Amino acid sequence: MGEVRLRVLYFAAAREAAGVESEEVSLEEEGTDDRGTPYATTEALEELLLGRYPKLKDIFRTVVLAVNMDYVDKGARVKLAPGDEVALIPPIGGG
Amino acid sequence: MEGAWRGGGLDKEEVERYARQLVLPSFGVANQRKLKESSVLVVGAGGLGSPVCLYLAAAGVGRIGVVDHDHVEKSNLHRQVLHAEDQVGTHKAVSASISMHRLNSTTTVETHVDGFRPKAALKLVEGYDVVVDASDNPATRYCVNDACVIANRPLVSGAAIGTDGQLSVYNHGEGGPCYRCVWPDPPASGSCQRCSDHGVLGVLPGIIGTLQALETIKVITGIGECTSGKLLMFDGLCTGFRTLKLRGRQASCAACGPEATITRDTIAAYDYEAKCGGPMHDRGEGACLKVLGKDRRVSCSRLSERMEEAVGRGGDRDFVLMDVRPRPEFDFAHLPGSVSLPMEDLEEAASGGEGAGLGAYVDNGKDVLVVCRRGNDSQVAVRRLEEAGVANAFDVEGGLQSWSQTVDPTFPLY
Ligand SMILES: [Zn+2]
Repeated sequence: MGEVRLRVLYFAAAREAAGVESEEVSLEEEGTDDRGTPYATTEALEELLLGRYPKLKDIFRTVVLAVNMDYVDKGARVKLAPGDEVALIPPIGGG
Repeated sequence: MEGAWRGGGLDKEEVERYARQLVLPSFGVANQRKLKESSVLVVGAGGLGSPVCLYLAAAGVGRIGVVDHDHVEKSNLHRQVLHAEDQVGTHKAVSASISMHRLNSTTTVETHVDGFRPKAALKLVEGYDVVVDASDNPATRYCVNDACVIANRPLVSGAAIGTDGQLSVYNHGEGGPCYRCVWPDPPASGSCQRCSDHGVLGVLPGIIGTLQALETIKVITGIGECTSGKLLMFDGLCTGFRTLKLRGRQASCAACGPEATITRDTIAAYDYEAKCGGPMHDRGEGACLKVLGKDRRVSCSRLSERMEEAVGRGGDRDFVLMDVRPRPEFDFAHLPGSVSLPMEDLEEAASGGEGAGLGAYVDNGKDVLVVCRRGNDSQVAVRRLEEAGVANAFDVEGGLQSWSQTVDPTFPLY
């Protein structure tokens, strides 16, 4: 099995929790689509990031995921292709 | 000679005042009239509300309602440009109305001085055409949203913290999502505000609030395309905007879905503070947390005495004074002889077991007096120290805020 390399972007409180603005992340390939392109899933990414950055746990229930700047429904398991850009976006409460 | 001219329904004063936007082909007299006939409710007269109020009044919005519950403080001035030095201590809604009147005496300003509360939410929102969320806490954001959904009002929402901002127009246009559709899970409610409030670079809410004023004008007039169904994110450090494409209304939404549970009948009694991320109003000063018993707490005046006694002994302190505020706060003001160990670092040091990582801060058997800004975090810190095996740790009651108020008025209150 190969790997799926992604770019992860962290916004606002997610950036504070992760301590980085963006990074490359590799996930294990979970399968291939009908064109033979390998994919991983948002579920696997979540697991990896929560393990890597424990502080993300505190805010994760409010965080919205976006794949290539497209909103991902809460709890949805979305396929991620190599080169996808996944953003972690927490709501900002202040003003 | 009798005045003999015809126009689009604006008088001489108005044509002269708004000339620069009247000549704009994409705007023109018809849209100026729409502004004049419109009404906007601005929730929050703070960092975001400042440019919203100023630009909407300047642009010629006919009636503006401003909601706040708070008074102007010195530490507001770096970002809340609606308020000036001589308005410190004035109620924010009143101060806002003074500033708007100064800018445009033809705009009617209505002040709502009790803040935005679930009981009065619907009535407030129904009194205006468009609602601007310029509030500063999640609970109010959810409450404003729900009221807008029930009353069918567009919601121009902005938020800013640190060096980040967000903007979207909710509950507007064909199937446009509401705030709850996009953020269905409110943050967990801490029962009490923590001491280390997040900072904000003054200009950030200025930028987002200015965009909110623009979106409001677009919603009222229908010009251009507003940020509905999209979330605009601003990163002030790299000065970049990104736009996230949102989904439409969600059938599962508790506010706008077909089986909504928050309705005209339930909103007034809905417990936003418990369900949507904590207090709707910053209760300001003082410690509200009660973690420790009396025997684990010392007053600021007792701390002062112990410091004096040590001076009498030639500076030999029989206690350690530990300051658990974030480093930037320690850097701008701290008590003499205090050591800085921010909460985060303390958590890490204490998790080493038996106070292993605390050795550098805890001096064999001396009392540890813990101080923070308001006296909340310090109590949590004392608990952590106890758990890590430091038996004689004490909380300095009321923190440095109390120190400034009861011992040394020259210490900055912030
Ligand atoms: Zn909704």
